[in-house]
Amino acid sequence: MNEQTQTMTSPVIHARGLTRRYGDTAVVDGIDLDIVRGEVFGLLGPNGAGKTTTILMMLGLTEISSGEISMLGFNPAREPLKVKRRVGYLPDAVGFYDQLTAAENLAYTGKLMGLARAERAGRIEQALRRVGLIDVASKRVATFSRGMRQRLGLAEIIMKRAEIAILDEPTSGLDPQATQEFLGLIGELKAEGITVLLSSHMLDQVQRICDRVALFKAGHIVLVGAVPELAIKVLGAGFVVEVEAEGLGIARRLAMIPGVTHVETLSADRFRMTAERDVRADAARAVVAVDGALRRLSVDEPSLEAIYARYFQDQPAGGVRHAA
Amino acid sequence: MRREGSPFQGTSTVFVKELADHISSVRMLMLQLLIVFTALAALYEAINSLRQNTAEDPFLLLRLFTIDQAPLPSFVAILGFLIPLMAIGLGFDAVNGEHNRRTLSRILAQPIYRDALLMGKFLAALATIGISLAALWLLVIGLGLIFLGVPPGGEEVARSLVFLVVAIFYAGVWLSLAMLLSTVFRSAATAALVSLGVWLFLTILWPMLAPALAQVVAPPDPRYALLGLNDPATAVWAQELLRLSPNDLFEEAMLAVLSPTTRSLGPVFLDQLRGAVMGAPLPFGESVMLAWPQTVGLVAGTIVLFAFSYVLFQRQEVRA
Repeated sequence: MNEQTQTMTSPVIHARGLTRRYGDTAVVDGIDLDIVRGEVFGLLGPNGAGKTTTILMMLGLTEISSGEISMLGFNPAREPLKVKRRVGYLPDAVGFYDQLTAAENLAYTGKLMGLARAERAGRIEQALRRVGLIDVASKRVATFSRGMRQRLGLAEIIMKRAEIAILDEPTSGLDPQATQEFLGLIGELKAEGITVLLSSHMLDQVQRICDRVALFKAGHIVLVGAVPELAIKVLGAGFVVEVEAEGLGIARRLAMIPGVTHVETLSADRFRMTAERDVRADAARAVVAVDGALRRLSVDEPSLEAIYARYFQDQPAGGVRHAA
Repeated sequence: MRREGSPFQGTSTVFVKELADHISSVRMLMLQLLIVFTALAALYEAINSLRQNTAEDPFLLLRLFTIDQAPLPSFVAILGFLIPLMAIGLGFDAVNGEHNRRTLSRILAQPIYRDALLMGKFLAALATIGISLAALWLLVIGLGLIFLGVPPGGEEVARSLVFLVVAIFYAGVWLSLAMLLSTVFRSAATAALVSLGVWLFLTILWPMLAPALAQVVAPPDPRYALLGLNDPATAVWAQELLRLSPNDLFEEAMLAVLSPTTRSLGPVFLDQLRGAVMGAPLPFGESVMLAWPQTVGLVAGTIVLFAFSYVLFQRQEVRA
């Protein structure tokens, strides 16, 4: 976080009171966002919470009912071309022209971007190489798997040399290996200093790659921050340590460890402690001190899943309204 | 609020891509085969009948377009029937196809306006039809040269070129309609069915309904019936109603341009014929003037329908 605060200049995405209404219902209701250059930012929330609508407003592809947003200093409603020239977008379940080859599909969007012919050919080759599709560059997209299409979509953003990459549900529907590869590519973008904004409900992946996340609920952002911070805010503590040990008065000894806020006795020999830091070493010492038999000691990383569950427990699984 | 940049940036890119797609598509190939074979059959009959009748005719080439030998209708009548089919075939999935392929949001995230996409698609489909019609036109002239052995005169070529231009605008009306329906309906099949329904209604049912409607609107005076004549008021109404169909406008314009002896496209009163040399052809300019209102009607129809789809497309949500 410290390194980030140093490079933090003005935010590349800046939204205040951003609202989109359809009739009387506000799909996005007064959200504030500040995303700085080079960070990977996750938009989380159930389907229909307003993530895609927020993204479309950022690109000037849907009207803004009220509030304001600036992308790299431009207003997407007034200067959509300037925004769209600098921002790459990978829609949810991206589609390509099946009768064209991978390279032809990129050539078409490359022309729409206004790239000159010589420049285009070089960039297409480079982008396809980056995402590992160079061998199938002259194959029709009709034969491509879901994962290959997603990678081709990412190649388009690389070809554009976008400053901001907006990825809507980039890994939904991918098999685990394709997901891994795709997350690796997102990591590479981040390493190049590209700001990545991604929406997802795959919590473990988001947790792995995002610097910060925003939790959407019914058009509002209910939480923003880095995952460990949110854990402390929502769950009361950052670390949950489980101890399995036999011995007398272990629970009392564990509770005395500094930093531990709560100890729960799950069964005669299992305890769960909530703490502000990783207290495993102290827990081990405590068990040994009462001459107990330590069988297992495990720590749960602060989990987005738990944070998410806490916030959406009153909502039925599967979401309210499908908005993909 | 003024938009930055040109709304037509990227139009040529979309145009070239869509044109290439149309020309290489199987759909277009089938449509073209259908049209070429039916048109060839009509031409064959026309040539046969012209060869048997070697009377002096200053407009032999134009007769190729208009002569009909039962059971086949004339070349122009066949085109009047098939051009809409071709235009609908190229336009019915223009917008909803992009939605359903999920390419729309990706394309619109490029630095272009929606105008460019819609305009590029419309012009590309129109150019495709234009190319096929021009090829067909050359085919007619070529076959005429080979089988009739009479070189076409300047006026004949001019008149047949007017035919080409009017035919392209006639296609434009149907293309605009198909694109409008492709914007309204999310499903391509629905858009195709509705456009075909409108086409069948206007070309087959409307010519039967219009006279009946005219009888209701302006009941014929029984005194005319006693004399065995049509009531001019009813006849005018029937014709005006018929003209709501682009098919009728096309046929009237073609009649005026391709049959130079046509003097009027409506009911003619005897006093209007005073001093006319019956059977004498009108000059080229006069024939074009005669076809002008119909042509303008077709152009206006194209523009109005396109404007509707433009407004709808601009307001449409991008997300699927």
